[in-house]
Amino acid sequence: MTRIPLRPLARILSAREKGENPDAIERENIRLRHEAMRDRARLRAEGRLLILGAAFVAAFVTVGAQMGLLAATEPAEPQATGMGAAIVAQRADITDRQGRILATNLVTHSLYAQPPLMVDPVRAAEELALIFPDLDGERLKKDFTSKRKFLWVKKKISPEQMQLVHEIGDPGLLFGPREMRLYPNGAIAAHILGGASFGREGVRSAEVVGTAGVEKTFDGWLRDPANGGAPLRLSLDLTIQSTVEDVLYGGMRLMNAKGATAILMDVKTGEITAMASLPDFDPNTRPAPLTKGDPSDSPLFNRAVQGVYELGSTFKIFAVAQALDLGLVRPETMVETKGPMFWGKFKIRDFHNYGPQLSVTDVIVKSSNIGTAHIAQQIGGVRQQEFLQKLGMFDPTAVELVEAPGAKPLRPAKWPEITTLTVSYGHGIAASPLHLAAAYASLANGGTRVTPTILKRDKAETGARLISEATSVQVRDMLRQVVVRGTASFGEVPGYAVAGKTGTADKPKRTGGGYYKDKVIATFASIFPAHDPKYVLVVSLDEPVETSGTEPRRTAGWTAVPVAAEIIRRTAPLLGLRPEVEPLADAAVTLVRN
Amino acid sequence: MRSLFLVLTALAVMGLAFWAYRENYRTQAELAAVRNLQSEIGVLKESLGVLNAEWAYLNRPDRLRELADISFPRLGLLPLEPRQFGGVAQIGYPEIELPSITFPVDTIALGETNP
Repeated sequence: MTRIPLRPLARILSAREKGENPDAIERENIRLRHEAMRDRARLRAEGRLLILGAAFVAAFVTVGAQMGLLAATEPAEPQATGMGAAIVAQRADITDRQGRILATNLVTHSLYAQPPLMVDPVRAAEELALIFPDLDGERLKKDFTSKRKFLWVKKKISPEQMQLVHEIGDPGLLFGPREMRLYPNGAIAAHILGGASFGREGVRSAEVVGTAGVEKTFDGWLRDPANGGAPLRLSLDLTIQSTVEDVLYGGMRLMNAKGATAILMDVKTGEITAMASLPDFDPNTRPAPLTKGDPSDSPLFNRAVQGVYELGSTFKIFAVAQALDLGLVRPETMVETKGPMFWGKFKIRDFHNYGPQLSVTDVIVKSSNIGTAHIAQQIGGVRQQEFLQKLGMFDPTAVELVEAPGAKPLRPAKWPEITTLTVSYGHGIAASPLHLAAAYASLANGGTRVTPTILKRDKAETGARLISEATSVQVRDMLRQVVVRGTASFGEVPGYAVAGKTGTADKPKRTGGGYYKDKVIATFASIFPAHDPKYVLVVSLDEPVETSGTEPRRTAGWTAVPVAAEIIRRTAPLLGLRPEVEPLADAAVTLVRN
Repeated sequence: MRSLFLVLTALAVMGLAFWAYRENYRTQAELAAVRNLQSEIGVLKESLGVLNAEWAYLNRPDRLRELADISFPRLGLLPLEPRQFGGVAQIGYPEIELPSITFPVDTIALGETNP
């Protein structure tokens, strides 16, 4: 680059000759030089901006092109990568606690028709009606010859039926692959599993959605492909569940009951090992729900969870346990049982007259309403409500079934003293058998709250403390006495030291107002073995009547207790419990508290 | 010198091109094999599911109970009962097999050391 001198000698000299200021020439040159520098700098900056802009345009074009490519092309799985986390599109299986299948999927086909493609629609309709007797041939004929372009003929067909349809040989009859839900054990655990049906349907595939039970509660989980096909593991044991249902069905028939329910629950973890409700249904062909009448008459009704009943004398132990824990009474304290007891215009009676006084233990053993009412009077309504609240008697159970939140126990809106008295022996409050099982488990396991669950738990979580350990021992001892010498004497199973409490409650009339004289709900809530409780069993029969004697017997001691005893006799060995000789009360140091 | 360099470069390019060609086809063959394997795994998983379902169906408690009833004369199977639990003490010791006597032993002489 040539630099122009600021003061060129020739111009300076000529300027001096003309008498001009030579400094003006220098200033002019400096100005020109600066202008040139400025122009150069601007050009350079413009060039840089251009390059930067071009780079940005290139980057955005690349990103945009890639996005467009991704959006426009069919998605493809990366094939070159090895086996990563498996993604399984199938609905997950449901298994019992030992991994035996309760629900799985089976590949099958659906049958649909495209009448425009049909060669001989009339013959096809006739042949289809022969293969599927439940289809109406005339209706099919009408559909096939009409202007319809597409219609479903059958949602699920077996391979044999598919072969027969193939043999019709009509090109308008087409098959679509389907995945159907299969419950290989039939009606076993039907109420817990619920059932499944097709959601959105297409020709190539259909969505399987749960309609009830765990299938509905865990619908999202079961359909989540990210689980990699891991099964949903329930706390049920298939063998035990089947045995319980078998024995309960026999018991229900023998006792001429309309319905029955049984719940077998782990005392410490709250895991439901078996839960049966009869009558039941086959979830493979789930019946339609009743549109009118009492929903509890439907086999779909889960009595164990949805059946909110007055459970009668089984509630007595709650009042007694609370009084023992508060230190108001001791097992040998004498309580007035002179009847009938009057409270205003109300009269409380006992089944028999038990004399003027009974010990607290005998109040439970003989199931005295009057004695329990006197104890409840000492506790008072406020403390009683608090205790029942803590036992979970006022809220729906937390069990993971879609039906559970709907089964809210019925409690009186107001709580005058007469309610305190009646609730103490289980009248005027209604709860489900599952509530009762959870409450008995809470009392028996050492006094900590148990939350029932249908899922397998790995370790027991200790809940909030409801009663002290010592009270729990006393309660267990009282319940044991009920079986040894009280109302549940048929409940004795040698080797398993059954403890429990019977309850017989008159059924309230559905029309409202009063109770039936000859319809009862007989319940037996038991724990075994009494000295080291492992399981809680609640058996409840709906309208049982035992007719072997001269007059019909309806009390739980004659109906529910023998059934429960048979269930324990059959299931305890399967649960791995060895028969044990009960330790004598004197042999060990007993925890006693005043 | 320069022509030798050019020839060597040309040879190297040809060699690399041949290698790339072969690798390309090998990769495509491997991908095809993986695809086949994956579809085979899918089919096998499906049939495993069917077999599992069939196993569960054949082992359903109702059927087993019926089978036990049908073959009762032969098998004599009954529900498990509490009394079927036993203690270790109830198991008889196996009989100790005594060695057969081959030589008569003079017991009178042993009497002093082995009374």
